Amino acid sequence: MKITLLFFFLSTIAFAQQSLEESYERGKLLYDDFCVRCHLPNGLGESGLVPPLASADFLEDIKATVHSIKYGIHGPIIVNGVEYNGSMSPMGLDDDEVADVTNFIVNSWGNTSDVMIDEQYVKKVSELKL
Amino acid sequence: MKTKHLFFISLLQVFVACGQTDVNISVPDQTNYSLELVVPNLEIPWGIAYLPDNSLLITEKQGKLIHFKNGKKTSIQNVPNTYVRGQGGLMGIATHPDFEENKFIYFTQSSSVESEESGGNTALYRAILQDNALQDVTLLYKAKPNTKKGTHFGSRIVFDNDGYLYFTIGDRGKRDENPQDLSRDGGKVYRLMENGDIPTDNPFVDVKDAKTAVFSYGHRNPQGMTKHPVTGEIWTHEHGPRGGDEINIVQAGKNYGWPSITYGKNYSGTTITKDKALPGMEQPLYYWIPSIAPSGMAFVHNSKYADWEGNLVVGSLKFNYLERLVIENNSVVFREKIAADIGRVRDVILGADGFLYLAVENKGIYKIVPKG
Repeated sequence: MKITLLFFFLSTIAFAQQSLEESYERGKLLYDDFCVRCHLPNGLGESGLVPPLASADFLEDIKATVHSIKYGIHGPIIVNGVEYNGSMSPMGLDDDEVADVTNFIVNSWGNTSDVMIDEQYVKKVSELKL
Repeated sequence: MKTKHLFFISLLQVFVACGQTDVNISVPDQTNYSLELVVPNLEIPWGIAYLPDNSLLITEKQGKLIHFKNGKKTSIQNVPNTYVRGQGGLMGIATHPDFEENKFIYFTQSSSVESEESGGNTALYRAILQDNALQDVTLLYKAKPNTKKGTHFGSRIVFDNDGYLYFTIGDRGKRDENPQDLSRDGGKVYRLMENGDIPTDNPFVDVKDAKTAVFSYGHRNPQGMTKHPVTGEIWTHEHGPRGGDEINIVQAGKNYGWPSITYGKNYSGTTITKDKALPGMEQPLYYWIPSIAPSGMAFVHNSKYADWEGNLVVGSLKFNYLERLVIENNSVVFREKIAADIGRVRDVILGADGFLYLAVENKGIYKIVPKG
């Protein structure tokens, strides 16, 4: 009984791990198509113009992160103590794609995240101002 | 012997090519103009055109066409469905040279029509503007295949003095497949008759499998195009990768080199090609390093700005200003920041009233008003 439960537990973890890896890989392709021009391959952005994603405290608020990818973000924000007053338009990604690119960003360049974002989560993030 | 000469000529071209004088951008201490917000509250105004009554047509990237007249915005009805993704949306806008007679307008948008594949590609339409709606909406060109790639749709529209229509499509994120292949759409400047027919003297009409609407090729992503007010030539600029944005004067059948030659690098900083020049490929009139992310382009001519006569103006998405370029003998000799820090400048036109109008993302349309 115990062994069965343990097996079930482990296989669930393995499954989650696998689907995160798949989402991450899809997210990387989307990042290279939609994000890389401004945020750059190393996630460092451009000093004074484009906020970094690598080690960015902004990403600690996962809902705000998903919201900004899904609906765009305009006006002043502070990232790692530096103010950026730019504008990012919504990319027109489907909800599952927003999930993939989020999973890529929050697990790249030294970023780590405990939660995996899925399509359902993105669907629930509404357009209402945060 | 002849081959040897050719070799040296090519070599010479390479040396000449790498010799662009560095022209740093100037920031004036004082400005002799002010900026007036004439159309507020726009999201991404992508293209502007003026009508004979000085009212403005504005494309909003997400698919809306707006007519702005006497301080009022009216949404034009019957715009075909726009495939909005990445850089794609409702983009270029132009009026027919005889608009007063025929009421024809032209626009480009990313679109899913006429292709089996999912995704989208750039389409050119003509329609009659009547009673705040589009009538007789006609698809004149649709690039194929559709793709879900989010980049490099082009797409500006300009008429030349002979009534030919030019429009641009970027490489659609497939730089190794599209720009150098005449049988594929993307990475091209196209030329059509005003009704969408292919001109019989287009450069590739007799080339097997070629897209016969193509006028020039080897382009990356041209989001600026305008007619020179004196020579009538068609000038374009295009986004380079990291560095290597270019200004070109496009000529029939010429190859502008992307991605075989470029002054830019990959976004990661790695090399795309060691070649900046190759025989049979055109050198840019000017290239920007670093990239300014140019969008929109106009010449200042017979305008309200006497000091700027003959200058070229180009929007910068990346650095949030309008760039003024003084050009002598087809060389850039002076660059200046206009409207510094205004925001992402997506388009610029010279209105019939002689004023410059800028489309600024998340702000609206600004007019540059000389002081005094």
